[in-house]
Amino acid sequence: MIKPDLTVNLGGIELASPVLAASGPFGYGYEYLKRIDCSALGAIIVKGVSARPWAGNPPPRLAETASGLLNSIGLQNPGLEQFEKEVMPRLKGMAPRLIVNIVGCDIGEYAEVAGRLDGMEGIDGLEVNISCPNLRAGGIAFGTDPAETFNVVSAVRRQTSLPLLVKLSPNVSDITVIARAAEEAGADGLSLINTLSGMLIDIETKKPLLGNTFGGLSGPALLPVALKMVWQTAEAVNIPLLGMGGITSAEDAIQFMMAGARAVALGTAFFYEPEVAEQVAEGLRGYLEKHEIDAIGKLEGIARKGGPADAR
Amino acid sequence: MLSLSRSETSYNKPESCRVTIKQIVAPNYCRLTFKSPVVAGAAYPGQFVMVYMPREHKYLLPRPFSIFRLNRVREEVSILFEVKGKGTELLAHTKRGSQLRIMGPLGTGFPALPEGSLLVAGGIGIAPLVFLAAAEGKPCTLIYGARTASQLICPPDDLTLPNLTILEVTEDGSKGAKGSVSDLLPGLVSGAPALFACGPRQMLRAVKALCGHSGPPAWFSMEERMACGIGACLGCAVQTKTGYRRVCRDGPVFSAGEVFFDD
Repeated sequence: MIKPDLTVNLGGIELASPVLAASGPFGYGYEYLKRIDCSALGAIIVKGVSARPWAGNPPPRLAETASGLLNSIGLQNPGLEQFEKEVMPRLKGMAPRLIVNIVGCDIGEYAEVAGRLDGMEGIDGLEVNISCPNLRAGGIAFGTDPAETFNVVSAVRRQTSLPLLVKLSPNVSDITVIARAAEEAGADGLSLINTLSGMLIDIETKKPLLGNTFGGLSGPALLPVALKMVWQTAEAVNIPLLGMGGITSAEDAIQFMMAGARAVALGTAFFYEPEVAEQVAEGLRGYLEKHEIDAIGKLEGIARKGGPADAR
Repeated sequence: MLSLSRSETSYNKPESCRVTIKQIVAPNYCRLTFKSPVVAGAAYPGQFVMVYMPREHKYLLPRPFSIFRLNRVREEVSILFEVKGKGTELLAHTKRGSQLRIMGPLGTGFPALPEGSLLVAGGIGIAPLVFLAAAEGKPCTLIYGARTASQLICPPDDLTLPNLTILEVTEDGSKGAKGSVSDLLPGLVSGAPALFACGPRQMLRAVKALCGHSGPPAWFSMEERMACGIGACLGCAVQTKTGYRRVCRDGPVFSAGEVFFDD
């Protein structure tokens, strides 16, 4: 049979592979890309960038849980200027496609970052982070309120013609309300989910384990929650979804696609296995061949009532 | 003695290595030796390796360990660790001859060791300092301290180096002098051209205070929980004079003046 087609279009970004590196664990990419074969990745979404440098949260920033990882990095980043001067040149020619995750303390900062990145060479899209649970401003405050979501996404939209993804938080009572607000404000696609808010306590010191008290849970423990939210969101909006949350294998990735995701992103999985993207892409190809499906896009939403998304 | 080069970190990915020695050196303490031409060929003292969990425990993060011994000829690298949680417990159950994946050498290690230097180890903090002393071969003095004798677990064969003078100290007096590392330091620190230390935070804090402004240059190997081990995720940050820095990439070795311990 013919080689299955793994290409997808994610909100205007043509991807050679539907497997992406999620923003956060992969950092700015080059630490991993120097070590692994990146041809399996459709794009990397680099760590959140703000207008000015952010210091990040006090250590300890990590705590392992059953099939998961709690983190409170706090969006530590060097700011836009250093990003342009130092990070971008190092990424030149390394990444298949580059999507930049953007953050801000207020709407003005989000818009400023989007405007500056809009003119920068080598960027294929933006992902607006309105869902980091580790900071009040620059994250969750925008992503838990539909009006705020609409405002911040609209402001970013006005500053850029780049394809725009909006990354949604699971820490809400109804994710579809936020999803629709982002769509109405002009998002070209949605990334979901960010981490689930959580904490751990050290029973010897009798204090919270993380320096920041609360953190965000990622890893395989998250998968059923993320899958359900992708399913619900796929029913609610008409823009493509980038599914993420605990994916470590092709079997996991296929479930997200069947729930309605057009592409998937890997995060914590890179910690367990730096070469996981190759394994997932290889597994997707194998599945399509075995089931005689000629294109990965045909899996999109097929587990839902109403059938494939291309019929929508 | 090895010829040392402190070059830029090599960009290796995890490789499957045979466990050639597994030894429970004391209750709750384990030594693993891996056959790894890659790590053995490139590592210098103070660097570390990430050890990945066996496949059936794939949802546990890899664990970072300082390199304890290195044999370039046999292409072997050893780690020495305390069983403290699920990851180290699993690794302590590894059988000789089995395969484990390791990634390394990683991080920024110790600078060159001047003759007459002082090494200060607290408990399992001994591991990177044995590699340092063995690799450099220059005469130096090691203060090896712990709360009690059962925590001074470094195998005597590894400590018996012709260039090393060892002073043991325990808080309960069960082995060596009675007291803490910081009781022995004042008499020794002024004559030393440099100090290299690894151990609990309280010990490092005390060593830093004793070195003060007039003491010798001091280098600390720091510990933090890690996820990626290669500088990407920013999970292992420590507070320094120049802001948060990564233990896995900027460290694990930092100059004592650079790191803060007020927590």
